[in-house]
Amino acid sequence: MLTNDKLSLIRDKALWMRRTAFTMVHRAQLGHPGGDFSATDILATLYFGVMNYDPTRPDMPDRDRFVMSKGHATGALYSALCAAGYFPEDWLPTYMQPKSLLNGHPNRNYLPGVETNTGPLGHGFPVATGIAIAGQITGASYRTFVLTGDGEQQEGANWEAAMVAGHRKLSNLTLIIDRNRLQQGAGTEETSGLDPLDDKYRAFGFDVFKVDGHDQAALLAVLSAAPDTKPRCIIANTTKGKGVSFMEGVASWHHGVPNDAQFAQAMKELV
Amino acid sequence: MAQAPITAAGFQDCRNAWVATLEDLAEADPRIVAVVNDSVGSSKLNSFQKKFPDRLINVGIAEQVMVGVSAGLANGGRIPFVSAASCFITGRALEQVKADIAYANFNVKLVGQSSGIAYGELGATHHSIEDLAWLRPLTNLTVIVPADAWETAEAVKWAAKHEGPVYLRLSRMPVPDLTIPNRQFRPGQAEVVRQGHDLTIIACGTTVHLAAKAADLLKADGIQARVLNFSTINPLDEAALHAAAATGAIVTVEEASVRGGLGGAVAEFTASHRPVPVERVGFPGFLPTGSVEWLFREYGLTPEGIAAAAHRALKRKV
Repeated sequence: MLTNDKLSLIRDKALWMRRTAFTMVHRAQLGHPGGDFSATDILATLYFGVMNYDPTRPDMPDRDRFVMSKGHATGALYSALCAAGYFPEDWLPTYMQPKSLLNGHPNRNYLPGVETNTGPLGHGFPVATGIAIAGQITGASYRTFVLTGDGEQQEGANWEAAMVAGHRKLSNLTLIIDRNRLQQGAGTEETSGLDPLDDKYRAFGFDVFKVDGHDQAALLAVLSAAPDTKPRCIIANTTKGKGVSFMEGVASWHHGVPNDAQFAQAMKELV
Repeated sequence: MAQAPITAAGFQDCRNAWVATLEDLAEADPRIVAVVNDSVGSSKLNSFQKKFPDRLINVGIAEQVMVGVSAGLANGGRIPFVSAASCFITGRALEQVKADIAYANFNVKLVGQSSGIAYGELGATHHSIEDLAWLRPLTNLTVIVPADAWETAEAVKWAAKHEGPVYLRLSRMPVPDLTIPNRQFRPGQAEVVRQGHDLTIIACGTTVHLAAKAADLLKADGIQARVLNFSTINPLDEAALHAAAATGAIVTVEEASVRGGLGGAVAEFTASHRPVPVERVGFPGFLPTGSVEWLFREYGLTPEGIAAAAHRALKRKV
């Protein structure tokens, strides 16, 4: 597919994902829409511009893997998996309902396309590291992508994984950090500062790239580039609540849910 | 009166059975890998490492990523045996064991080495007497505590074949082979070590041979004690527990805390189904400094101590 066609597809899917995620959250009156929206363009780029997968064969051994370490952002993940064809749209309204396969945090035993169960922070990166090691020792061709939140980087297990990935030169592994600079109740830098994240990952043996996490062309370029000899860390500078005027950069939309008027307003803006 | 030895000549270190079996399995199945937290020597994996250098994944001293990586290896089609001191693979990485292995239901085999009080004088930080209580409630996770070298080998073979998460709780304390004719390893099923009907002694791991000796002591007093090797702690063999309760009195024995482990499981079961007296032999909590041998004796994990617990249980029998 030509790059411009790809970009147009990614943009369409990202818009559909935001509308879908917000509809799910509005109906359930539960969810984490701020973080859904900061991650949406990253997921749309991966699923519709970068990754090799077949939704009819979710266990295909050589599929590229995406691990959603910020597991609370299920609005983004489920809308992406649905758009990718892993499950039908009529499952979406069950989000968070009793016995729904669309749990508040993803469960691989419920939904095809979910690579591992996440929710507690700092779990996805170590698991993705293991997936990449399996690829390394078997000479498999797949790539592994893992998305963490930025506040999530405060979890120590990430740094254990970074040490292992750097040491083993896991060039088949790409860590993406959703750098929206907000955690649950405040900024990351006022809570327990992360900067300079780029220097930290360089010191752990990663090739580091910084990108506007809502610039799909830039995301497409950096995510689809062939790996070199080191694992990659992509710091995606993002805006929490991106796409809806009254949500952008507002920490309380971490797990805020819209009333009917806010929902209507958002749907007007997401076009 | 001279006490029976806790360890003796002819007793075997079950780690040899673990590693010999793992090497045989790895020879036949290239999917099998070992994952360690620098615990190559203490897991006796030096020879495995020599034979399969690419399949020994040492993440360094980092238990959280060790368990997380193993889930990822399973996602990538490998069958990881994750081997580390049981105090660390459980306590240090408990949330990873819960979320990444049990809840995600990955085909990962966790192998807790030097469990119980194997580290003796090193104290409570290195004792692993809480692990059964921590892991027993985890859905999907089969918990097995082999009693001797034969059962260790069989459990490793079964774990490799079984599609799902397993915790094998191994010891480095030498034990004798239980001499039971025509043995078959049946996970989830208790094994009768001694027949009897006056009470039932339910033991696991390093304490099963001590329980068998206790039954011999009780026989001299005219008491016929049934002894069960209760190696699978999750899921529970409910039929064996119903039958045990029918003998009217139970003693549980484990190289673990009496709170929440095998004794806890048996007490839960009997309280719900058929209340009978249950005497729990094990450790009360953090222990004073002492050798393995001394701690076993001090807390009654001896044939004599178990026989005394049996007498207490029989006194309470209605």
